Amino acid sequence: MEKKEYQKLVKKTQPKPKRSNNLIKAFLCGGIIGSSCEVIRLLLINYFEIKKDASISIILLLLIGLSCFLTSFCDFDKYVIKFKAGLIVPITGFAHSIQSSALDYKKDGMITGLGANFFKLAGSVILYGIVSAFIFCILKVVFYG
Amino acid sequence: MASFTYKDVYINRFYSIAGKYENNGVLKNVNKYINDFYYGEKTIEDCEIKMQKEVLKDLVNNKTELIAGGDLMNQITATSSSVNELNISFLGLYSACATFLSSIIILSNFIQGKFIKEGIGITSSHNLSSEKQFRFPVEYGAIKPEYSTFTCTGSVGCTISKYPSKIKIKSSTIGSVVDYGIKDANNMGAVMAPSAVKTLIDHLNYTKTKVEDYDVILTGDLGKYGADLFKTLLSKDHGIVIKNHIDAGSIIYKKNQQKYSGGSGPVCLPLILFNNILQNKKYKKILVIATGSLHSPLLVNQKHSIPSTSHLISLEVER
Repeated sequence: MEKKEYQKLVKKTQPKPKRSNNLIKAFLCGGIIGSSCEVIRLLLINYFEIKKDASISIILLLLIGLSCFLTSFCDFDKYVIKFKAGLIVPITGFAHSIQSSALDYKKDGMITGLGANFFKLAGSVILYGIVSAFIFCILKVVFYG
Repeated sequence: MASFTYKDVYINRFYSIAGKYENNGVLKNVNKYINDFYYGEKTIEDCEIKMQKEVLKDLVNNKTELIAGGDLMNQITATSSSVNELNISFLGLYSACATFLSSIIILSNFIQGKFIKEGIGITSSHNLSSEKQFRFPVEYGAIKPEYSTFTCTGSVGCTISKYPSKIKIKSSTIGSVVDYGIKDANNMGAVMAPSAVKTLIDHLNYTKTKVEDYDVILTGDLGKYGADLFKTLLSKDHGIVIKNHIDAGSIIYKKNQQKYSGGSGPVCLPLILFNNILQNKKYKKILVIATGSLHSPLLVNQKHSIPSTSHLISLEVER
């Protein structure tokens, strides 16, 4: 069999991801996390007299802390595989990627292991986040003054 | 193609350690099971070294002249660390998941050539150390497609010598490197299937035999989808319909364990060979094809295709 013919055969036989199924799971999971966070935020504003801006920060910290804790002590990776983007988009994915790298390399030394690999997965998010912020800032200044 | 026929080469003893997921009933008479990924050690790398040390502790005796083997870690660290302090000649090998058979073939050739009398072939793999090495950090929930495979945890070693036993190595073929342009590092079955077909055909031509002459043809870790491709390639290109085929990776995990397309890793094939196929009395003539995907994360990132290789041995078991 020719190489191209084989590559076509492989593409034809390999199972396709169930996109609609994944979409519903991610939507429901992300939606539940988002709505419960909104409920907590309203409770913080109404019952603990916390300002609106501070309440958002508290919710973000809560999500980051929870994600790191679950990555370290529970099978968070298995739930991520199950619920996909629904569980990692609400900021938790970033914390999860850093925490999992840190756990992997903690035994390889503080500098050569933990320090060097801490942002192994999250590094690209930070780098391209900064680059795109820079570009959009310039565009904003040029077009809107 | 390098193929060899042997007259007096035998597998005398074997020792196997399997991980917690492999402990499911398919494997029989495994010498030791480990219940976690650490085996009392601090790191996963130390766990793999300890598994190999346990295997060697049981197999090494004063007749052992050479140890040949390898694993999946960078610089085959686990094997070179485990043979440290033994003071026996050591040959480190790497053919990815086909490493175990490459060690058996090399030892058989040395024994048939009367250069040595007895040697040990050893391999190991560890799910977490391979994930760290080839994929993502262990605790990271990377989403894998259904056709990917799950690296088995365990270590297997066997003694090969000129002293007669019930398991005789009849012949072998060292495969060439085959590349069909597959770039998906998750689809190892598709990468390895063409090389398995090529080595099988080369061996059948060399020995002038047919697939029906063997009781079972055991492939390494093609997985469910890779095994289908293997059969399709055989029938389309060579007109061979294979009915006595078993893929070690496809059967090592039960259906309810949900390990994607099946198991993989250099330890997958020897675990099934020694602790399932050789325990079954109906199999006398066995053809074993170890498939190895020579996957380098570096070259995959640079958009290169993945080459693969397959080695083959033919066994005859006296029942």
